[in-house]
Amino acid sequence: MNYERITQKLSILADAAKYDVSCSSSGSKRSNPDKKLGDSSGMGICHSYTEDGRCVSLLKILLTNYCIFDCAYCVSRRSNDIQRAAFTVEEVVDLTINFYRRNYIEGLFLSSGIFKNADYTMERLVRVAKTLRLEHGFNGYIHLKTIPGASEELLREAGLYADRLSVNIEIPTDDGLKKLAPEKKRDEMTTPMQHISTGIVASKEERKVIRSAPAFAPAGLSSQMVIGATGESDLEIMQTADNLYQHYQLKRVYYSGYVPISNDQRLPGLGSPVPMLREHRLYQTDWLMRFYGFQMQEILHPEYRNLDLALDPKTGWALQNLHLFPVDVNRADREMLLRVPGIGHKSVDKIVAARRFRSLTFEHLQKMGVSMSRARYFLLCQDKNEVLRRAPGDRTQLRNVLIRQAHSKYRSALVQQGSLFDQADETTGLSATAVPDLHHLFADSL
Amino acid sequence: MSTLEYDGSFEGFLTAIFDCYAQKKTDVRIRNACASTTTLFGTNIRVRTDTEKSNRVWEGLKKRTTKEAARQFYCNFLSELPDFEDHLLEYARYVFASREDVSRDFSHPAVLRTAQVARMVGREKHRMEAFVRFQLSGEIYHASIHPDYNVLPLIGPHFKSRYADQRWFIWDEARHYGLLYDLEHLQVVHETPEETQADTARTSDYARLWKTYFQSTNITERRNMKLHVQHVPYRYWKYLCEKQPL
Repeated sequence: MNYERITQKLSILADAAKYDVSCSSSGSKRSNPDKKLGDSSGMGICHSYTEDGRCVSLLKILLTNYCIFDCAYCVSRRSNDIQRAAFTVEEVVDLTINFYRRNYIEGLFLSSGIFKNADYTMERLVRVAKTLRLEHGFNGYIHLKTIPGASEELLREAGLYADRLSVNIEIPTDDGLKKLAPEKKRDEMTTPMQHISTGIVASKEERKVIRSAPAFAPAGLSSQMVIGATGESDLEIMQTADNLYQHYQLKRVYYSGYVPISNDQRLPGLGSPVPMLREHRLYQTDWLMRFYGFQMQEILHPEYRNLDLALDPKTGWALQNLHLFPVDVNRADREMLLRVPGIGHKSVDKIVAARRFRSLTFEHLQKMGVSMSRARYFLLCQDKNEVLRRAPGDRTQLRNVLIRQAHSKYRSALVQQGSLFDQADETTGLSATAVPDLHHLFADSL
Repeated sequence: MSTLEYDGSFEGFLTAIFDCYAQKKTDVRIRNACASTTTLFGTNIRVRTDTEKSNRVWEGLKKRTTKEAARQFYCNFLSELPDFEDHLLEYARYVFASREDVSRDFSHPAVLRTAQVARMVGREKHRMEAFVRFQLSGEIYHASIHPDYNVLPLIGPHFKSRYADQRWFIWDEARHYGLLYDLEHLQVVHETPEETQADTARTSDYARLWKTYFQSTNITERRNMKLHVQHVPYRYWKYLCEKQPL
């Protein structure tokens, strides 16, 4: 191994791959029956975290950052004057195996700039995965990025060796895509998604009958879009995501806050802040859709196009739907408990298990780990806690109380943006710690 | 109050629980003989580890609860937290006094505590599966760890199935014992193999490449050290080659 050369390539090609946010390494059932190398049957493991707080689970690199495309939002675009490099198939295989053996990684995430043409590039990516699986008996996790426009045969082969395939949708709106990546076509993204999705469904069916049939991308299909680059609304972003979940059975959609990389007039300039808080709220919304039984339309709709940055989207939804609260902890069904702000899956499990034994009180919930600072305004317990019965007056007032109580890590970011409190708050004069004494909000439901 | 002293083993601890019942003791506590300090008041009774007794307690626990509850019970034992014996004794008493399975009665303090501690131990187990960094000396991959709880017995199977075709060794620096995998079996050892003691100071090329990767994959515009440290607490840094000056 030429150490200096590899070091240089690694730093260039890891740097170019870092804007791909997926780091998931779970969901595959690849075990190690023949006592070779690797096992991805358990849950994913984050082996480290970068100084930006993101998890490092996979060796995430580009095969090359040479690219024939010129997408405005991408560092590897043709017109950008940067150092270029390319790994050989053997070099990627060697790094993967040796990092894996030292317990640095769960596996490989391999993407690439597009050189020559789509199929030529895709063929190389597939060859890396194939070599790892067939020549090295590698059972670690492999995530392959598919190249827009790659042939169906290559996608099929990719799915046989990779655990996960991904197709980036890049920009949430069609208009935005036309503006920033005029050479890319939407259907060059959706067509492979359709092929892969069909392949996954077919393989699952087949494996129900013949257990030894080969798995096709067992950890599913995922996608990513850049947010905050084209002035799109949260509604548009989540509509696109919802569409992907509904039509292509995606496992995950990733939202990547745009990191300014150029002074292109079409994009936010260098030095503009990365929309990290917005990104966080979008992920929360995504979680509500996938794990909390929410429909996208309940959270965002044409009259409510953007999420409330100051509050999590579940609390935002609850504020829009105060007529459904308070919820009785000792009687409500799972579905409704999951919709209470401050209660997550773990708490719901505990509540449902524990209330068989005795009626639960405010204190029980607190000890179980329910976030009572939010939940208290939406709950009824056995001891009919006074606070619960006296929720603040109207929606605006309750919103402001909730914001004041939240010790949000984003507080400083919000204050700078001047959007923390609604104007109405100026007149209420509530202090940060006072529990407001306002009876009438839930009057109808009590 | 009397104190039952056991030998520090899980079987010894279960035997002590058995003895509490057999001797109809109520005002009692259980302590590890190796760790306990002599008390001024009350009597100390040495428990003789007896696998027949310990099996009865263990089978009884499993019969009255679930496999998951038994796992949580064992995790609490491995936590080595102060007074964990008292909590587990209280938990066992509640389980044995109830007709139905109470292992999910999270409104009961002993049950909730057991579940919470098991979760803490589970988190540490997961961290060790993440933070072990092997280095290769001769033909053995080896690493040292310093876990908050005694999780070595829990992480063995994970590494065994993952690294089935390489010899490896993990040493717990806090508790002075290790796990050795020889391509066939896992074994507990109390001394580090000789070949792992050589050239530990030399950093391998792959460790340096890993650090290169770790730095290149960071997005400086999104720097968030608070989050970084939350996920990778300072106490683990000395075992992570990417956090070392190379």
